[in-house]
Amino acid sequence: MNKWNLIVDVAECTNCSLCTLAVQDEHVGNEFPGYAAEMPKHGHHWIEIERRERGQGTMVDVAYVPTMCQHCDDAPCVAAAQNGGAYKRPDGIVIIDPEKSKGQKQIAEACPYNAVYWNEERDIPQHWLFDAHLLDTGWKEPRCVSVCPTKALRAIKVDDAQMQEMVKVEELESLRPDLVTKPRVHYKNLWRYNSSFIAGTVSVERGGIVDCLEDAQVALKQENKAICTLQSDGYGDFKIDRLEVDSGVYLLEVSAPGYASETREVTLGESVNLGEIRLTSPG
Amino acid sequence: MFKLILWALPWVLRIARWRSPEFRERLTERNMVVQIRTADSSAGRYIVFQDGGIRSGAGIYDNSTVELIFKTAAIGAKLLMPPIDQLEQIDALKNFLVRLEGPDDDGVWFAQTVMAGMSAGWRVGRKMPDGTTRLCTMTNGGPLFVYVREGKIIRTTPIEFDTDDPESWSIEARGKVFTPPRSGALSPHAMNWKSMVYAPNRLQYPMKRVDFDPNGERNVQNRGVSGYERISWDEALDIVSSEIQRMKRDYGTGAIASSNGSHHNWGNIGYYLSAKLRFMNAVGTTEVHHNPDSWEGWYWGALHHWGGSLRVGGGELFGTIEDCLENAEMVVFWSSNPEATGGVYGGQEGTVRRRWLRDLDIELVHIDPYYNDTAQFLGGKWISPRPTTSPALALAIAHVWITEGLYDKEYVEARTKGFDAWRDYILGVEDGVAKSPEWQGSETGVPAKDVRALARKWGSKRTYLAVGGMGNTFGGACRNTNGTQWTRTMVCLMGMQGLGKPGVNVGNLQLGVPLDFSFYFPGYADGGISGDLNNTALATALYQRMPQLPTMNPSTQLIPRLRLPEAIIDGHAEGFLWDARTMEGQFSKIVYPKQGHAKVHMLYRYGTAILGTLNDANRYVAMYRSPNLEFVVNQSIWNEGDVEFSDVILPACTNLEREDIGEWANAGGYGAHFNSQINHRIIAYQAKCIEPVGESRSDYDIFSALACRLGLGSYYTEGMRELDWVKRMFDASDLPKHISWKKFLERGYFVVPSEKPEHRPPTAYRWFAEGRKKDLPEAMPLPGDYTEQFLEGLQTQSGKFEFESSSLKRYAPDDPERPLIVKYTPSWESSNTPGLEGYPLQLMTPHSRYSFHTQGDGKDSFLNDIADHRMLVDDHYYWVLRLNPQDAAARGIKTGDLVKVFNGRGAVLCAALLTERLRAGVAQGYESSAVYEPMGEPGRSVDRGGCLNLLSPRRSQIKNSHSMANGTAMVEVVVWDGDISFERTEPLTDRQAVAAEAVE
Repeated sequence: MNKWNLIVDVAECTNCSLCTLAVQDEHVGNEFPGYAAEMPKHGHHWIEIERRERGQGTMVDVAYVPTMCQHCDDAPCVAAAQNGGAYKRPDGIVIIDPEKSKGQKQIAEACPYNAVYWNEERDIPQHWLFDAHLLDTGWKEPRCVSVCPTKALRAIKVDDAQMQEMVKVEELESLRPDLVTKPRVHYKNLWRYNSSFIAGTVSVERGGIVDCLEDAQVALKQENKAICTLQSDGYGDFKIDRLEVDSGVYLLEVSAPGYASETREVTLGESVNLGEIRLTSPG
Repeated sequence: MFKLILWALPWVLRIARWRSPEFRERLTERNMVVQIRTADSSAGRYIVFQDGGIRSGAGIYDNSTVELIFKTAAIGAKLLMPPIDQLEQIDALKNFLVRLEGPDDDGVWFAQTVMAGMSAGWRVGRKMPDGTTRLCTMTNGGPLFVYVREGKIIRTTPIEFDTDDPESWSIEARGKVFTPPRSGALSPHAMNWKSMVYAPNRLQYPMKRVDFDPNGERNVQNRGVSGYERISWDEALDIVSSEIQRMKRDYGTGAIASSNGSHHNWGNIGYYLSAKLRFMNAVGTTEVHHNPDSWEGWYWGALHHWGGSLRVGGGELFGTIEDCLENAEMVVFWSSNPEATGGVYGGQEGTVRRRWLRDLDIELVHIDPYYNDTAQFLGGKWISPRPTTSPALALAIAHVWITEGLYDKEYVEARTKGFDAWRDYILGVEDGVAKSPEWQGSETGVPAKDVRALARKWGSKRTYLAVGGMGNTFGGACRNTNGTQWTRTMVCLMGMQGLGKPGVNVGNLQLGVPLDFSFYFPGYADGGISGDLNNTALATALYQRMPQLPTMNPSTQLIPRLRLPEAIIDGHAEGFLWDARTMEGQFSKIVYPKQGHAKVHMLYRYGTAILGTLNDANRYVAMYRSPNLEFVVNQSIWNEGDVEFSDVILPACTNLEREDIGEWANAGGYGAHFNSQINHRIIAYQAKCIEPVGESRSDYDIFSALACRLGLGSYYTEGMRELDWVKRMFDASDLPKHISWKKFLERGYFVVPSEKPEHRPPTAYRWFAEGRKKDLPEAMPLPGDYTEQFLEGLQTQSGKFEFESSSLKRYAPDDPERPLIVKYTPSWESSNTPGLEGYPLQLMTPHSRYSFHTQGDGKDSFLNDIADHRMLVDDHYYWVLRLNPQDAAARGIKTGDLVKVFNGRGAVLCAALLTERLRAGVAQGYESSAVYEPMGEPGRSVDRGGCLNLLSPRRSQIKNSHSMANGTAMVEVVVWDGDISFERTEPLTDRQAVAAEAVE
């Protein structure tokens, strides 16, 4: 049986926020009986875009991660619900019933992704429902997908085996691998958000002039194990990425023919820009 | 024949009455008798409208309400016999062969009723399975489907093409084929309209300031303080129309100034260059003359090296997307952040095309003090100069090219003029200072080694320079104090590298989509219904297809917009003309008051709020409270910005509440080929989706009502409703060749078919690089502006790219602010400027990303929930100010803290957002807040609305211009201590500044 999945590509999200605006446009002021009550005009972020800046100086990057109800197959909200207040549909979509969930604050509290919002005024939990109300009347995809200008969001309806294959081929991950809720939202390039880098720039002085050094050898080791080797680019810049946050002490060695090597010890927490590393000729 | 037509007319109305409930409803609005006759009464027929019914009889009625009088029966027959010849009608009206007598509003009502009879069978929109009707509209950020049920907007979505819409174009580059998506990619502010239409601060009914009495005490000093009371439309219109008459009676023509924001709701009929201009010309007003807003540096600067006056100093654009993808090895984005603004009006249509740069692994560089949205999306090398200093960086790049032989010497020899003088300046021959990478370091803060590395790559790779928001013009550093220097250095770098050679050009894939520009549909500056043959492109672009009664403003007095406060407060203002026809147009000086003309005593404000968008905005606050302004009327949709500085407020509706027609991003002559930003030309029938909110009315309707009170009703309306003008524009365009009116109303939009690849225009400037005649499909420059042969050479005097400008040499050869060759002069407002020691941070105020001018922001709209737009602190949505963590730490500021941003001009409360995306010493916050919210007395207290333009300088970029320098300002930022007071220390106006200098 084909079921809905959402794929979020972190490398493509620009924080334009059309997805979040489309959710407000769809749900503020509109009642969809059996699916969703009106969304409060402000304060509910059924889709929320998380921001992560990495680095310092001129070696920075910024990743945005749209987060939303993960439509888990082992959904804690469904487990916490009583009287069918939240349930799983055969097509994979989790629905929080706007009538039956009334008063059931535990449904919102159960979500480890903080994606279920409590509507104080209506006394109900609410979430992004994959636009089930639209899909059921013939819409081809949820609105957040059709407004996305970079296709950072894609919705696909396939069977679970096909989805598992896609997870492998496209190297998809869960937002929080530590949670075993079997989410139906899959993330691509999540390392842009949750890993660290070590960066710097290599320079040399020749005849009183400082220049960037291209093709310097940059080697990163940890406990004498080689982690990565690469060359500096035309600006002397290097960036060793996809390292784990707080992953301990590294040794970085920069070398180039005709120059004395330089080493730096890095205790890596968040991403770090080591700045300029000047190589000098021996003697 | 005349009698036969007259006999038929009531029948047309009766049939419409039978078919249409809306028409039946309309007929109940008025009881009257309309007499149609020849001047000598030899033939005639009257129609009686009574309690919704229609009666008619032959002959002359004794006491008719309105008379429609034709000079002869033959003329009457000719004018009324379908098909209607508009030019004949216009000629007849101009020659008074036909007259409408009686009360103007009754006459207009009758004429519009006849038109309504004709349209009674039209059906708009598509019925959807869920019971909604799908309509269409157009916005500044793209077209929308609007789903409506029971008079309420349910949802808005981007346009998704039908399968029978024409095929999309494709581009082949480096073995790959690229084609755009078959839908419209919107700007954030476009996906915000539902909340804007239903905003709590919509003006619902006309209002009058409580302590304003037009016949007694006016209390102008209380503008911005005293409250408002609801009045009727009749009272509001009576006050405004009688003030218009009083101004002309007491002071003379020109005593009324009309002022609008730079952008209005989209649509060719309701636009400020259309319905509003038609009215202001009909009444006679002093034009508040616009500066080349956001094009400042290009128009007053780059223009003098490469021409392009008709593009406000910007470059050519055809074919650059294909050329860039196929031939470029590197793209340097220099103060170019198209992902923030979508070019201008371009939605996010260009995003997918820039994504192709990544697909092709083209090397990218971003030069911007802020690690901007385009850098975030595309990646690449980031170079971060201090704001206002990058002309020095550009000179240093040229220095490397000259000293290392990395430029196109043949091109410079054959295609350019005056290079030697610039080269000597760069090498230091002129002033003993070599403009080397080391030299620029102390100005820009960019290491010399990075400049050398960039210059060497650039000098040895085919490189596109993406300059400004549109890639060859607009926004970014052109809005800085030395914006003219920046644009001039940018184009001079391209002059050295062979502008127009394969892979060597200006562009950021925003402009230049291969569309069919020969399909005729007018843009918003092509005249619309303005009737203005002098100040719009009507005469050259539309009048022949859509004749209309011409309008001419009887007042030729102008006020330079940026000096409007000076004009009112000082009674004197000077500036320069924005006349884009020639390079010399800008040398004409404007002096207000014009000899023998009335000074301005009344201001008609219309459209969007201006306090957020115009520089040193506290000047406008002072202007509104000046006794020299006896009357201020503001016609606006929302109660925001400067609306509460008026005496009478007229509530206008949005374009979702009235009919219009428009093409996405087609600005006509205002921005030639702006629609080349869009992946398909899309023209929308902009439906009236819902009834106007509250008692609001369309701008056209308001102007019509005022015109009726001035006896100008039939002249202003030509008896037409907005819908009839829309149909007239449809008929004037190429649309009827491709789609029926009926189908257009049903579908709501039309996609113009693409051209075959072999018909696409060649690449911009290729003709120039190859020494051929210009072969691009654009009538610019003017034929007489070529020096040798028609189509030979650039617009410059020599026809060559001029490193040393002939036009500047003719105009002001010794102007130190604008020398003949471009030089670097440090900004007149920087951390080194004497007197500004207390304001050590350089504030950048670029165009906003999520809102558009003041549209989209405030209004309690959905945008409030975007953390990068506004931040919720203590129940208030504050404007965001970005700070480098070092600067923040030195001031004890954390993310989310309320901070006071201030200088000698103003003080604004913002919410701090700490970010590494800025170099230390630089703060960043968008300009264009819609909200002005002084916490105490206006002008003398802290604003918590977020109008950062309260802090930008009054001064023009250069004296010989009419330009804003509001891209940066020196400020201090502190954690707010709760004190709401503010005292200005800078002079407020030009006269005050001169007086202050005299004292010193």
